[in-house]
Amino acid sequence: MTRRRRIGPAVWFVAPALGLIGVFFLAPVVAALLLSFTDFDVYAIGDPRHLRVVGGDNYATLLRDPRFWIALRNTLYFVLVGGPLSVAVSLGAALLVNARLARLRGFFRTVFFLPVVTTLVAVAVVWRYLYHPRFGLLNRGLALVGLGPIDWLGDPAWAMPAIILLAVWKNFGFNMIIFVAGLENVPERLYEAARIDGAGAWQQFRRVTLPMLAPTFVFVGVVTMIGYFQLFAEPYVMTQGGPADSTLSVVLLMYEEGFRWWTMGRGAAIAFVLFAVILAGTALQLRLRGLMVGEREMATAPAGRRGAEEAGA
Amino acid sequence: MRRAAEAVLLHAALVGGAVLVLAPLLWMVSASLMPAGEATAVPPRLVPSAITFEHYRGLFTRLDLARSLRNSAGLAASVTVIALLVNSMAGYAFAKLRFAGREHIFRVLLAGLVIPAQVGMLPLFLMLRELRLVNTYAGVIVPGMASVFGIFLVRQYALSIPESVLDAARIDGAGELRIYRSLVLYLCAPILVTLAVFTFMGTWNDFMWPLVVLADARRYTLPVALANLAGEHVQDVELMMAGAVLTVLPVLVLFVCLQRYYLAGIMAGSVKE
Repeated sequence: MTRRRRIGPAVWFVAPALGLIGVFFLAPVVAALLLSFTDFDVYAIGDPRHLRVVGGDNYATLLRDPRFWIALRNTLYFVLVGGPLSVAVSLGAALLVNARLARLRGFFRTVFFLPVVTTLVAVAVVWRYLYHPRFGLLNRGLALVGLGPIDWLGDPAWAMPAIILLAVWKNFGFNMIIFVAGLENVPERLYEAARIDGAGAWQQFRRVTLPMLAPTFVFVGVVTMIGYFQLFAEPYVMTQGGPADSTLSVVLLMYEEGFRWWTMGRGAAIAFVLFAVILAGTALQLRLRGLMVGEREMATAPAGRRGAEEAGA
Repeated sequence: MRRAAEAVLLHAALVGGAVLVLAPLLWMVSASLMPAGEATAVPPRLVPSAITFEHYRGLFTRLDLARSLRNSAGLAASVTVIALLVNSMAGYAFAKLRFAGREHIFRVLLAGLVIPAQVGMLPLFLMLRELRLVNTYAGVIVPGMASVFGIFLVRQYALSIPESVLDAARIDGAGELRIYRSLVLYLCAPILVTLAVFTFMGTWNDFMWPLVVLADARRYTLPVALANLAGEHVQDVELMMAGAVLTVLPVLVLFVCLQRYYLAGIMAGSVKE
């Protein structure tokens, strides 16, 4: 009987959030799809009567535009090289911080995490100077070991690796925390059993740690991939997409089309192609999880799960 | 013996990693305190020959970054207050109140997490233009007022509130709003701190949306102002580093003070994809 009476207030509790998300997030996404089938441009902003439905023309133009393919290739480079590199560094850092012999774990964990909370624009400005061919610290460090000098942001071959290096530095701490939680959930008895069977450190890592971290890998992989596909501020601040479009990303191209040239129909089409690529990548990773997790039944889940399970039971 | 060697190697790796991670931040601080021109000397200096605060003064006198600092602080605080209220109400309702389609709606919201914010950005801009909110503070605030992540965070936490506590309050005649205000907010306090830290930092660090929606330099947030200045003042390395310190320092301090809550949020968020 009380259940029926609760229907009223509940709606008032969720209505503000659902309304805001609906109006300012979901509706614009739907509108973007519609927009991508129009020739919305600077004239349509002034007078909507200039707006025409052009069907798939924006998408067709996009597929013929060499700059779009350059942007897509650059973004895939960033995602496919930078993403796995970040995850690998995160796992390495997590193993170090979590090692049984390690002292001052909390201190190192905090230090490794600091770049995550810094402002991307500010550190991109800092790194632009670190990458300076003449007085940059990086080239000076390389010179000490007899390498370089490298024109990091001025050479089309090095600009994207430079941005990847910044991204790895900035982001690895986030996944490190998730890996640490995953590592803490690996039961100690599995390592004991492996040692009794004569497994060395590498064997323990390969046969116990990695399989037990499989669900963590999927989560980290999906989140990192979605984030890395949205590359924007680093090239905007450091290279403006150059040199020779070598760091032009899909989102930067969308920004230029939509907000610099006001060709919003084309901009929306770019956004949707990006969205489709992200969806495909997510689906692919979840398929891979199906294959990996099928081999084992117990999922390692970081803290906070227990409350949910108790309440759900 | 072997154990000792392992410990030495391990700590060498930890210290080496920490040095690499901190080097850019330390150089940023060091360069911001150097006399003009010293950061671009060849070979480069690591520490200032004499410490000067003239560049920090320059930020406030020559560049008027004090205004951007106020904009950033005001906007981040506003979004945080609104988001706390809106997301905590919804998160609590999704956990503890019953209404038609509750689980279904929640699943739809979670699925929305894979949609990047940029997808709807162009229509959102046009909508705000119709509402005359482009180039206003309200325009910056609007997309951050409610978030799926925030609702999710509060819901997961609120699930652990015992039903008996809420029922006891209902039997005592407390209305739902009263229960939320005096009981739920209190019980959820830790996760609300987490949400507040996330929201504040997220808004403070956000770049693309304020860049798009703000046209008037007087309304710029710190990241937008800094990106703008970095183009004009490429040669003033020391000045730019002072600007970077000003932008980064508030969030770093906030994180170091409240890191327990911040890290708890990452854990809670990673439970479910």
